[in-house]
Amino acid sequence: MTRTTTVLSLAIVLAAGGLQACRKKPEAAPGPVPAGAPVSDDGAAKRRADSLAALAASRRADSLAAARAAANEEGAQAALRRVLAQVVYFDFDKDLLRDDARAVLDAKAAVLAANGGITIIVTGHTDEQGTSEYNLALGQRRAAQVKRYLESKGIAETRMTTQSLGDSQPAAQGSDENAYQLNRRAEFETRNASGTLVRPKP
Amino acid sequence: MPTMILRRALGALLVLSAPLVAQDTTRGVRIGLTYDPGSKPGIIVLPSRGVGADSIRTILQRDLDLGDRVNAIVLDAAALDEASRAATPNWAVLAKLGAAAAVQVTPTPTGLHLAVYDVVKKTTALIRDYAAPPMTEMRGWRAALHGLSDDLEESLTGTRGIARTRVAFERGGRLWVVDSDGEQVTPITEPGTPQSAAWNANGSMITYASFLPPAKIMLLELGTGRSRPLVTGGGVFITPAFTPDGASVVYSHGIDNGTDLYITDVAGGGGRRLSVGRGSDNLSPTFSPDGRRIAFMSARAGHPEIYTIDADGTNVDPLTPVEINERAFRASPDWSPDGRFVAFQSRIAGTDQVMTINLRDRGLKQLTSDGQNTDPSWAPDGRHIVFVSNRSGAKVLWVLDAETGRTRQLTRGGVARNPAWSPRLSN
Repeated sequence: MTRTTTVLSLAIVLAAGGLQACRKKPEAAPGPVPAGAPVSDDGAAKRRADSLAALAASRRADSLAAARAAANEEGAQAALRRVLAQVVYFDFDKDLLRDDARAVLDAKAAVLAANGGITIIVTGHTDEQGTSEYNLALGQRRAAQVKRYLESKGIAETRMTTQSLGDSQPAAQGSDENAYQLNRRAEFETRNASGTLVRPKP
Repeated sequence: MPTMILRRALGALLVLSAPLVAQDTTRGVRIGLTYDPGSKPGIIVLPSRGVGADSIRTILQRDLDLGDRVNAIVLDAAALDEASRAATPNWAVLAKLGAAAAVQVTPTPTGLHLAVYDVVKKTTALIRDYAAPPMTEMRGWRAALHGLSDDLEESLTGTRGIARTRVAFERGGRLWVVDSDGEQVTPITEPGTPQSAAWNANGSMITYASFLPPAKIMLLELGTGRSRPLVTGGGVFITPAFTPDGASVVYSHGIDNGTDLYITDVAGGGGRRLSVGRGSDNLSPTFSPDGRRIAFMSARAGHPEIYTIDADGTNVDPLTPVEINERAFRASPDWSPDGRFVAFQSRIAGTDQVMTINLRDRGLKQLTSDGQNTDPSWAPDGRHIVFVSNRSGAKVLWVLDAETGRTRQLTRGGVARNPAWSPRLSN
């Protein structure tokens, strides 16, 4: 940190020196000079300083606006990626999609529809109840159910791969219903989604 | 009571006399011991001399005890000390101790020397020599001694023992085998996601599932330690089992519409579907010993129950009773080697317990009640069952004698899953 601070201070000193130079040789000053400015040593110097300050303010405003716009776009991109990654949850020993899961999948289907190049891997998981073998089968049924639903929303079957990890990778540790609910889930991985995502039409 | 421990010195079991004359007997002939058929014959393992003699005696005594078919009479130190100074059996004292037979195993340069004495007839009943690797090759040496134990049990009771068997199981992302007496825990796969080991009929191969996508059914040659994939693809490939002839493997596979049983040749080729589950889960196949029927878990009625199906996929039949509104979870079936029972796990009052169903009259019997007990697998004697239990805390393997209810812990440490008891082994 110390080194960085020193470098920055040096830069500020150099910039100040530049301004000094401007004052001595106004005709060589870069940037716009207000037209028809009266030529008076004191007044000219003040106007020059004002104009530079105005320029700086305007540039600051421009870059803030640009940054804000970029942030909005970044936020939108992040939101789209969150939709693609959002987990859906299931009831005990069930592969049926609850209303909350359908809402998540509807949003996902819209993003997938607007971004036809993206493919997804759906992984079904279960809680630890029942046998580890049955849980692999149950996890696969959950993934297949998700795939079927997205297909019904117009997403091509060829864009989706399903798999199961059963109870082998719990999202939450513990042997209580809170942990179990977090573990009964389908997770989503995307492929070919590294570029800018298109927002779905409202 | 399986083991009698005598706490007082009982005098010399062997009296010093002329060396015993060896008597040849034919292998496999049962010794005609005279004892009440309702009780177990008492057996005394006599001390012997030589390198490893004490270990031999301890292992043999334990094998006989764990077989649950004889009373291994354990002597106290004083009795042992006196006995070790004698050279021929003291019939009167042996009889007084309740022994129907006495056995002595002596280490030899090439293996083990077995002598069996019939206490009732006061004769030497059996003399036999066994080849065994040096004691430093512990796993093979113990296997040879376990084989001797099984011969001995067969001679004494007419039923071969299960000492020379192993149990395959999962722990910490690997498959392992453990000897029937809980010793020689040995990994048989590299770390990964192996699951659901099943033995072939002669114990030379194990098939298992590897569930990390892309999922596979694997074949492991125990002699070489080499594994190769048998079938693989999208979706799940789980719960393989060899056909009794060892030529094929039945497994469960599913991707878009539940899971069904499939069969494939060990030699290669694609899988052929056997069950028609219509979107339900159908897994954990286990063959009847004659290879004609398969018991398996199916959730076709809405929750997991045990069904049977012909080996060609026809004649599906519910085995465990399916009752309306019942939310039973019955899973992990294993057909007994004598063909009479199927063991499985069943959820009872929220906890899984090991049960058996009699194939003839469909009578149900609950074998466990202490803690959660799952994944039963029969020993080749059709009497002992290995299963997973948390009765002592962590989920480890336990062995149950289905006839007496006697239990013992087989493994220690780590979470063990899906045990599979081997057939009787010859190597």
